[in-house]
Amino acid sequence: MSTVTRSAAPGLGARLRGSRLLWPVLALVALIAANAVANPSFLSLRMQDGALYGSLVDILKNGAPTLLIALGMTLVIATRGIDLSVGAVVAIAAAVACTSIAGADDPGSLGAALTGMGLALALCLVLGLWNGFLVSILGIQPIIATLVLMTAGRGIAMLVTDGQIITVNNDPFREVGAGFLLLPVSIIIAVAALVVVALVTRRTALGLLIESVGINPEASRLAGLRARTIIWTVYVFAALCAGVAGLMISSNVSAADANNAGLWIEMDAILAVVIGGSSLAGGRYSLAGTLIGALIIQTLTTTVYSMGIAPEVTLVFKALVVIAVCLLQAPKVREALGRRRSGARASGSPTGTGATGDSVSADTTDPTDTTQPDAVAPGTQTTTPTDADSTAGDADAKQKVAQS
Amino acid sequence: MSTSTSTPSPAPASALTPHGAPSARAGHPASSRLARSRRVLPVIATFVLFVLLFGVGSLRYEGFTSGQVVANLFIDNAFLIVLAVGMTFVILTGGIDLSVGAVVALSTMVAAACLRAGLPAPVVILLVLLVGSTLGTVMGLIIQRFELQPFIVTLAGMFLARGLCFVIGVESISIKDPFFRSLATGTIELGGGVVITWSVVIALVVVAVAAWVLHRTRFGRTIYAIGGSESSATLMGLPVARVKVAAYAISGLCASVAGLLFSLYMLSGYGLHGVGMELDAIASVVIGGTLLSGGVGWVVGSVLGVLVLGVIQTLISFEGTLSSWWTKIAIGSLLLVFIVMQRLFMRRGA
Repeated sequence: MSTVTRSAAPGLGARLRGSRLLWPVLALVALIAANAVANPSFLSLRMQDGALYGSLVDILKNGAPTLLIALGMTLVIATRGIDLSVGAVVAIAAAVACTSIAGADDPGSLGAALTGMGLALALCLVLGLWNGFLVSILGIQPIIATLVLMTAGRGIAMLVTDGQIITVNNDPFREVGAGFLLLPVSIIIAVAALVVVALVTRRTALGLLIESVGINPEASRLAGLRARTIIWTVYVFAALCAGVAGLMISSNVSAADANNAGLWIEMDAILAVVIGGSSLAGGRYSLAGTLIGALIIQTLTTTVYSMGIAPEVTLVFKALVVIAVCLLQAPKVREALGRRRSGARASGSPTGTGATGDSVSADTTDPTDTTQPDAVAPGTQTTTPTDADSTAGDADAKQKVAQS
Repeated sequence: MSTSTSTPSPAPASALTPHGAPSARAGHPASSRLARSRRVLPVIATFVLFVLLFGVGSLRYEGFTSGQVVANLFIDNAFLIVLAVGMTFVILTGGIDLSVGAVVALSTMVAAACLRAGLPAPVVILLVLLVGSTLGTVMGLIIQRFELQPFIVTLAGMFLARGLCFVIGVESISIKDPFFRSLATGTIELGGGVVITWSVVIALVVVAVAAWVLHRTRFGRTIYAIGGSESSATLMGLPVARVKVAAYAISGLCASVAGLLFSLYMLSGYGLHGVGMELDAIASVVIGGTLLSGGVGWVVGSVLGVLVLGVIQTLISFEGTLSSWWTKIAIGSLLLVFIVMQRLFMRRGA
């Protein structure tokens, strides 16, 4: 059955099957389809005052901060790190921006909005430098290094707002999170950031360098890479992304709540990255996967809301998704599936497996193996990595899951 | 053992050998004494910090030096002590457990809901302990069997436990059971007008049992060995898989005990109880001198860590500003200081 399409020249079907994005995309489509069945108006879009409205646009708008943070998190995770402090940075950015705007001479002016946002982003830059310093210079484990800011960050945000919820009334500032330019401004910002990062990392060697640092920082350094600088940069970038997301979140509600702004968003961001197929062990990442992952999470959340279940119960679904995805990624599981697959092949279906000749080795998580396609031609990589060898193995392994 | 490092990278934990296996270092008395003092130093530093903070309090505020203030440190932090003890087991193996705060919330919720449904108190207590230890065991099994990162698995556990709280109910449920109420309000006179609650007694029993298990049993030595080097422990024929799962089970059990103590403290069950409590527990363990890379640390250190956090909170409440955010900033800064200190010790040790 499937052998026919795969032995043919790499058509769309084969390429899709070879992509590690296949399952996330299918999950997203299934979620949207389920919603459309349950609520026929789910897919409908309408124009009003030059802006699109509808459930899908809502998902995009609400998912923009998560997407942006997940974007920064993707690069951090690609260097085998993690940034737990993004939620706290969101709260700090929101607090600084709103306090500054509320305290300006003319709280409704464009100047006040720009000053507030500029201050917030400058502070986020400093926070990112701080995280990067702890990880790359002092060599502290990323989880722990960012835990410091995660613990202290909300305290700092509360200190800035004096423990109050600061409300602002500033139209230019409102545009960032609640504005529309045909599509929500927030999603335009998030996607623009995604595209820029995709171009910079995949059209230059930077993405390859980040991955090589993730595989082995010491070897990268010996090979002449400035591993420290790269690691430092990704933490600064992650903090800046979190800062912009914080501006979006506070702008959307025209208020800064130091306690609740960005609460648990680091978990959502990590989840989006993991669903998107980036390895938590570093050295392999997919920006398109992160986009899909963030959309899945937001759609899941929206679905739970629209089903009338208490919003908090979403956490249970997320927990089950995390475990399922992680188990599918686990080396042990891959190995077991790979062994079964090679056994099945030996028992007689020799056709059509040319692309996955080294089936077992492709399934173990030898990082050099999985990134080899990137190493061969980093320039040809676009945001959708459809590298043949390793991922064909992945998809194949997952097919086995589906069949069994 | 202490001198040979098989791993190419400067493996810090291998230089600092597991505490509780002194015979292995018999050949190097001088270096072992040095290594030992280096390991004790963080705990001493924590103790000195505690005394200093307390001293500042007694100089600044009248009535700070009373025995009741010290007793209150234990009363207000009994649940955190139990939580930190469980976390010590996990961190000593080189892992981390992010789910404990959520398990505390789940325990209060299960207890409150079951009591409201009319179940007898002993059954409820058993049920809560069962829930916590089951959750811990399952997470441990997933971590061990599939070699997933403890961080991500316990993060999922955290989501799950919090979500389950809200499945039970989104409102706060108050506890009216007479047994729980009498246990919560009952006090023990220590003499000199100082009183403690039963929670303190339970917490101290947990500490004593944990200290005995960690420092005096084969199981405890295996925990330290895993934290020192998991592959070495496996090669030595130690039951690594079983002990590692058990560490997470113990953490889950401790979290449910802490949840019961917290339900006594609050006399209610609520899904938003204990948000961020896992960070307090981790901070206490780290401030108590336990190395995050595993293999080095003491239960007593974790208790001292909790007391330091408690003193900071007391200082702030005596100051009367009631700005709880300073507590968070102080905890974060202390965490940083101790992590950097650990890092320096590890470098010199390696």
